Amino acid sequence: MGKHLVLRLVAKIFIPLILLFALYVQFHGDYGPGGGFQAGVIFAAAFILYALLFGLDHARTVMPPALLQTVAALGVLLYGGVGVASMLLGGNYLDYSVLAEDPVHGQHLGILLIELGVGLTVASVMMVIFFTFTGRRG
Amino acid sequence: MGILGHYNYWIVIFLMMVGFYIVISHGNLVKKIVGLNIFQASVFILYISMGKIHGGTAPIVAEGVSRYSNPLPHVLILTAIVVGVATTALGLALVVRINEAYGTVEEDEIHAKDSSL
Amino acid sequence: MLFGIYSLLSAGIFLVLDALDVAFIEAAVGAGISTVLMLSTLALTERKEKEPRHKAVLPLLVVLVTGAALVYGTLDMPDFGDPKAPVHQHVAPRYIQQSPAEIGVPNMVTSVLASYRGYDTLGEVTVIFTAGVGVLALIADRRRTRRRRRRG
Repeated sequence: MGKHLVLRLVAKIFIPLILLFALYVQFHGDYGPGGGFQAGVIFAAAFILYALLFGLDHARTVMPPALLQTVAALGVLLYGGVGVASMLLGGNYLDYSVLAEDPVHGQHLGILLIELGVGLTVASVMMVIFFTFTGRRG
Repeated sequence: MGILGHYNYWIVIFLMMVGFYIVISHGNLVKKIVGLNIFQASVFILYISMGKIHGGTAPIVAEGVSRYSNPLPHVLILTAIVVGVATTALGLALVVRINEAYGTVEEDEIHAKDSSL
Repeated sequence: MLFGIYSLLSAGIFLVLDALDVAFIEAAVGAGISTVLMLSTLALTERKEKEPRHKAVLPLLVVLVTGAALVYGTLDMPDFGDPKAPVHQHVAPRYIQQSPAEIGVPNMVTSVLASYRGYDTLGEVTVIFTAGVGVLALIADRRRTRRRRRRG
């Protein structure tokens, strides 16, 4: 624990803030700059910071790679699923207007859902890539 | 504005050529990927600079603003950056595998080993 | 390290050019993730580049000729920031005028990304997913790849 004490302390304060900020960016993407892609990347960056400072093994216990791979697939599935759902409700593929009573509301819901899918996939793929690269020793 | 109105393109072309030069002049595969990344960033800047309008603001609806930058290039580049990182990671993974199989990341040595087989 | 600074600088450029969303993501991706990836690849491969065997004159010549051709090509392009440029005439005005009423989301980048160009974004998410799968397939488990190599 002696090494990088200052860095670790600062990171302990900052990582929750970064994660919170990622969530804010994710769900506030309709109003300000942001969205699934940005949120996913910020979320992954927070975890990479954690792994760099506290070691890979700790990071692996917090975020097991098997879980990440499942979540990556789930994100794409959610995106495609929204498309199929709108088709089943009588619209075109990925036409969110039919998801709710009035079209604008439906669009809102659809955008939120697919941004969530994008965010899940991007965050978990970035972390998977990081773990596979660093988990491999020479 | 005359001929100086094109300065954004010249910056893009300079960056693009730097990336291109790195790709074709270096034999090291990692450096080639760095070159490709610089090239890619220059394309991003090209798109974003096309979307800019004098006196426009960011494309988020606000009161009292009637002139926005073009949102379409922003969307394209936004996704392109993330896709770019993912594909760069794929390329780097290939380089790592090549390094394991051949013991080198220099193009010349890989060719030499291939032809000696 | 220089690479990270380069990304951060281009994030600054995007900010000046009114592309908030793009600046956001470039700062997070470039300064954070891709730099870490580059460093870990360097750790896995060789640190030093060998002296190049070829002379650098021919590539330089190729680059200069290509660059000159591209600069010649820009002479017909519209000025920087010109509102009358062809890019701003076709689809963008529709997005800017209609999207607040149709989608009801103030951030046009989000509405174009997720709704008007939903197919495109679906494809891009799939590409990212596939790249992740590819990285896993290439360098995931050491034991399995070694066994496969012995067999091959």
